[in-house]
This record gives sequence, C-alpha cells and structure tokens, in this order.
Amino acid sequence: MSAESLVAQLKHGLDAPICLTWELTYACNLACVHCLSSSGQRDPRELSTDEAKRVLDELHDLQVFYINIGGGEPMVRRDFFELVEYAIGRGIGVKFSTNGAYIDAEKARRLTALDYLDIQISLDGTDAATNDAVRGAGSYDTAIRAMDHLRDAGFVERNGPFKISVVVTRHNVDQLDEFKALADSYGAQLRITRLRPSGRGADTWHELHPTNAQQRQIYDWLMANGEQVLTGDSFFHLNALGDSLPGLNMCGAGRVVCLIDPIGDVYACPFVIHDEFKAGSVRDAGGFTEVWKHSALFTDLREPQSAGACASCGSWNACQGGCMAAKFFTGLPLDGPDPECVGGAADGALSQVDVALTPRPAMDHSKPVTLTRKLIPVAGN
Amino acid sequence: MTQVTDRVLDTPLELHPQVALRPEPFGALAYHYGNRRLVFLKHRDMVTVGRALADHPSLAATLEACGIAASRWPSFAKAFASLTTSEIVRER
Repeated sequence: MSAESLVAQLKHGLDAPICLTWELTYACNLACVHCLSSSGQRDPRELSTDEAKRVLDELHDLQVFYINIGGGEPMVRRDFFELVEYAIGRGIGVKFSTNGAYIDAEKARRLTALDYLDIQISLDGTDAATNDAVRGAGSYDTAIRAMDHLRDAGFVERNGPFKISVVVTRHNVDQLDEFKALADSYGAQLRITRLRPSGRGADTWHELHPTNAQQRQIYDWLMANGEQVLTGDSFFHLNALGDSLPGLNMCGAGRVVCLIDPIGDVYACPFVIHDEFKAGSVRDAGGFTEVWKHSALFTDLREPQSAGACASCGSWNACQGGCMAAKFFTGLPLDGPDPECVGGAADGALSQVDVALTPRPAMDHSKPVTLTRKLIPVAGN
Repeated sequence: MTQVTDRVLDTPLELHPQVALRPEPFGALAYHYGNRRLVFLKHRDMVTVGRALADHPSLAATLEACGIAASRWPSFAKAFASLTTSEIVRER
C-alpha cells in the first residue's frame, strides 16, 4: 500500500485514536500570548481524579497507545503523578507538555523512574529575550533549570531523549539551528510545531505568524533536518512548496486524533476549542468511546471533504487545503485555502476579514489582568 | 527473492515484548513502547502471523502454520525484515 492510499484509509477514521491530547487543567503559572487553550485559572468543573481514571480505563480498553497530556500546566494538578502512574499501569504511554516550573531535582528523579514517560519542555526562544516576550518573564530560565534537573537525574539515559518543544514564530524562525544545538547539548530531541490562531493565539497570530519568506525558510530547514526533529506533522501546508515533508500529509482531526479538555469535553483536535468542533463529553452516556465512534461531528469529519475553492489549484494534493483550525479562527471558509497558503491564495480573503467578527474561543480561562506591572518609563519624564 | 528476505524466512522471530498490535480497518497499527515508534501494517494477516511468531521455529514455519499462500511469502518476508529493523520484531 502506498503512503497515499494509507492516508486515504486514515481519513475514514480509526476504531480508536492513535494518540489523543488531554489537557488536564486550565490552571497555569504562565500566561503565554499564544496559549491554545487560553489557560490561566482552574475551571471548577474540571474532571475529578476518579472521573479521569474512568476515562483512562476506557482508553485502555480502546488500546490507545499513548496520550499527550497538557494544559494549562498539568503538573499544577495535585493528582498529576497519580494519574500518570495510573495511565502507565494500564499500558497507556504518557507524553506530557510542561513549562518546567514544577520540575525540581526531586520531581526530576521521580519522573525519571517512570516507564513509558516522555516529557516535552516548551521553549520559544534560544535566549531569554525572545522566549520571554511570548511565554513571560523568567520562563526561559525556568525551562533551562528543568532541563538541567532532568539531565542531572539521568532522564535521557534511562528513558530516551526528552523533547524541547518550540512553536515557530516570526521571531524565533532564525534560531532553528540554535534550538537543534541546544537539544543536542542535552541529548534531547527538538520538536517544532506550527503557530495556530487558537485560544489567545487568535489575538497574537497576526503579529507572530511567520512571513511568507519565512515559511520557505521553515520548509527548507525541515527538508534538511526533518528526519531528526519531530513536528507532529503540523507543517503539511508547506508541502505545496515541493517534495513532501516527512510524516503524514493530512489533517487528523476527529479521524486519528482528538482533544479531551479539562472539563471532559471532546473536541476534534487541540486547536479547535469552540462549540462548532465539540463532539460531546466524556461525562455523556457511553463516555469517550461513544463520542469517538458515533458523534455526529466525528462521523461528518470522516466523510470525504471537498476541495472547495482549492479544487482548481494544482497543489491541493500536496497541501490538502491546510489546517481547519487556522482557517476557522482567522475567519476564512473551511473549504478554501489556509491563511498561510504558500501560493498566497488566502491573502485577498484574509485582508477582507473583519478581525472583530472572527470566531472567539469557547472559553477563556485567562487570569484577570493585574495592574501591578512595572510602569514603562516614558522618555522626558 | 533477495538474500536478506531469504535469511529472515529461516530466522526464529518474536514480537518485541514492548510492542502492542491493534487491528484496524486498513490492517493494523504496531506501537513500540520502548522506542515509541508507530508502524502501519498493511494487512490483518500480519497480526495473525506476528502473534504466532514465537510458537514456531522460523518465519517460514509460522507462515505455513497460519495458512499463508506461498505466493505471498516474499512480501511477508520483506515486511518482517523491515519490522526487525524498527525493532517491532526481534530474533529469539
């Protein structure tokens, strides 16, 4: 079977997700400007420890191989280790994303002792200025300290490389080689993903997303280095620039992946926390299994999708029209080009969109803005 | 058939103990919890054969026991040679 016919099969959906993202909490010590889930404060409706374990039981029965745990900052939850250990005990591998704030020497040793655990440390700049502009003051030092603790605990020797996870923006795209060198220096692996206009990212995408010239730069860099870095297959819209990048060239939303949010709602993917892409809840009768197998939304996503306005473009087979979430939150039609279409097909439509009328994320858990920030001195005063 | 696939037919194999197989409409998924590799198997028969490997003295004997037609052996040999490389299957 060729790679293309495999993709055709996968588009009809699988009996269970290959992997699944589970945001454990909306609570976070940081307030990154591009946070996909607009996290900050805990939601009082978040799943209890027992409810979360019942979901893990279901994932075990479905033979989900591994879950990507995120948030918010998942280590904020007091039952973080209890849930991770329960998942691993049920044969579900765990990868989790963290800003590293809660990985001290003791926690690093505890994480190292777990089998089938993988860690992604988020970092968006190879220097504090670039990183902290997006992720907040002090967050660069926090991430480096966490990686130092993991190194000292021997995590890589026992569990294999942890990941440094980078969202590529206009401001860090020139640092890809430096990120790679930083990962190599820890024996870690670099993971780079695409910036999405989701969550608080809806407000910052226009200033942060790579320029068209930079997209070519990312493509060329991935063609040269793609076998050694992870991407979550998130850059498939760049395939229209030439040969296909490594990985699956398709949108997996509702077909091979999905998201469970902290209150148990199930969305098509981590980038579409919006009612339009909500398939149901793990708290509904039949639980997660019923949502995955029979929800109206997921059934619909597994039907053949129309190329729409892209049908006449010679590159559609290469880029598949790009990312559903990127189109949705920038106010573009779902059956048209991606806002970052490398052929520029969306540029006209994008300039017509009234940003004030674009869809807003379903929920906002951002912390209230505090007025304790340092005043910026004004010249002459 | 190449030398490599010939050799794999004579080899006693087993699924790596850290590998899980999950049947799917297109065939099956194999996941290695140790190296975290995910591999797509393109036919359900790969699951039957994969799970029976440890009970027979060689891949060829396993194929025979599973009733796989001899005309399909070369493609199975090629597939299992590749699965050995990704450590989904190993020599015992």
